Amino acid sequence: MAAAILDLMQQQLVAAGGEVSLSHGMLVVVVPRADLLGTVRRLKSEFGFDLFLDVTAVDWPDRTPRFDVVHHFYSTTHMIRIRLKIRIPESEPSVDSLVSLYGSANFMERECHDMYGIVFRGNPDLRPILLYEGFVGHPLRKDYPKLQEQPLVPYRT
Amino acid sequence: MAKATIPIRSANAPSNAFEYFSTKKDEFVGWARKFSLFPYPFVTACCAMEFMAVSSSPYDTDRFGAALPRFSPRQSDLLMVVGTLTHKQAPVLLRVYEQMCEPKWVMAFGACATSGGFYQNYAAVAGIDKIIPVDIYVPGCPPRPETVIDAIMMLQDRIAGSRHPIITENF
Repeated sequence: MAAAILDLMQQQLVAAGGEVSLSHGMLVVVVPRADLLGTVRRLKSEFGFDLFLDVTAVDWPDRTPRFDVVHHFYSTTHMIRIRLKIRIPESEPSVDSLVSLYGSANFMERECHDMYGIVFRGNPDLRPILLYEGFVGHPLRKDYPKLQEQPLVPYRT
Repeated sequence: MAKATIPIRSANAPSNAFEYFSTKKDEFVGWARKFSLFPYPFVTACCAMEFMAVSSSPYDTDRFGAALPRFSPRQSDLLMVVGTLTHKQAPVLLRVYEQMCEPKWVMAFGACATSGGFYQNYAAVAGIDKIIPVDIYVPGCPPRPETVIDAIMMLQDRIAGSRHPIITENF
């Protein structure tokens, strides 16, 4: 069953313009930035990926485009996972938000925005979730200085 | 040959009782305070598990009068900072410390509270003594309950041996 779904997805998503590979038995699809919402909508309605697991990003400082935004989905009916990657440049680090499809995307996108500065268009609330107001920069980017602290309370002498 | 005599105070000489009690006062207050260390557990991380072990009956910290956690800083004497302190939490810790009444003591429980432990990044404070004064440090990741008991006893010794002015500038 799972293999059949994988084959089907492989055929259809490649036809839709994605790059597809297998990593440890999990389907990895690189989709163009503009196709994200459409692809995810199809994954949810046609292929039964009803659980949104996580969104995070990868920083490749020497590569252009610099960032990968990585989404993971799980299908509770077919019991398979899929990973979506979107390559985005440093100059305009933004992708479409998935909040309209998966409500749980809200907090995960806020975390990714905190740590990597990825802007999720359509997320209603991109306030800091793990960081605090006034924090400058994005700590999981490779160019954030490793030892730089931004204390909220002045240190004692 | 002169006989040694016991000096007899005259009946209207002033009593020495006040002098006696004022010199013994610090000792007495220290004795009282060292056996009524009500801890406030400021628990942030995995050291909490070891804190629970210390608080459990096999280790019996009630021997030291330090077994009754008060979950209001205003009623507690000993602030136990158990676990990693992040920059986001630092204002909370400072506020809790400022809410405690004098006299108060602070214990840095575990490697993270002592020095930041193995965290050296944007998120963690490298030791709570950058924020508030600390009286006693407990090493270990996490500390053994015996280490904590040793720290409590050392703190008791320090309390018993220090001065206890009734009126201070923080009164």
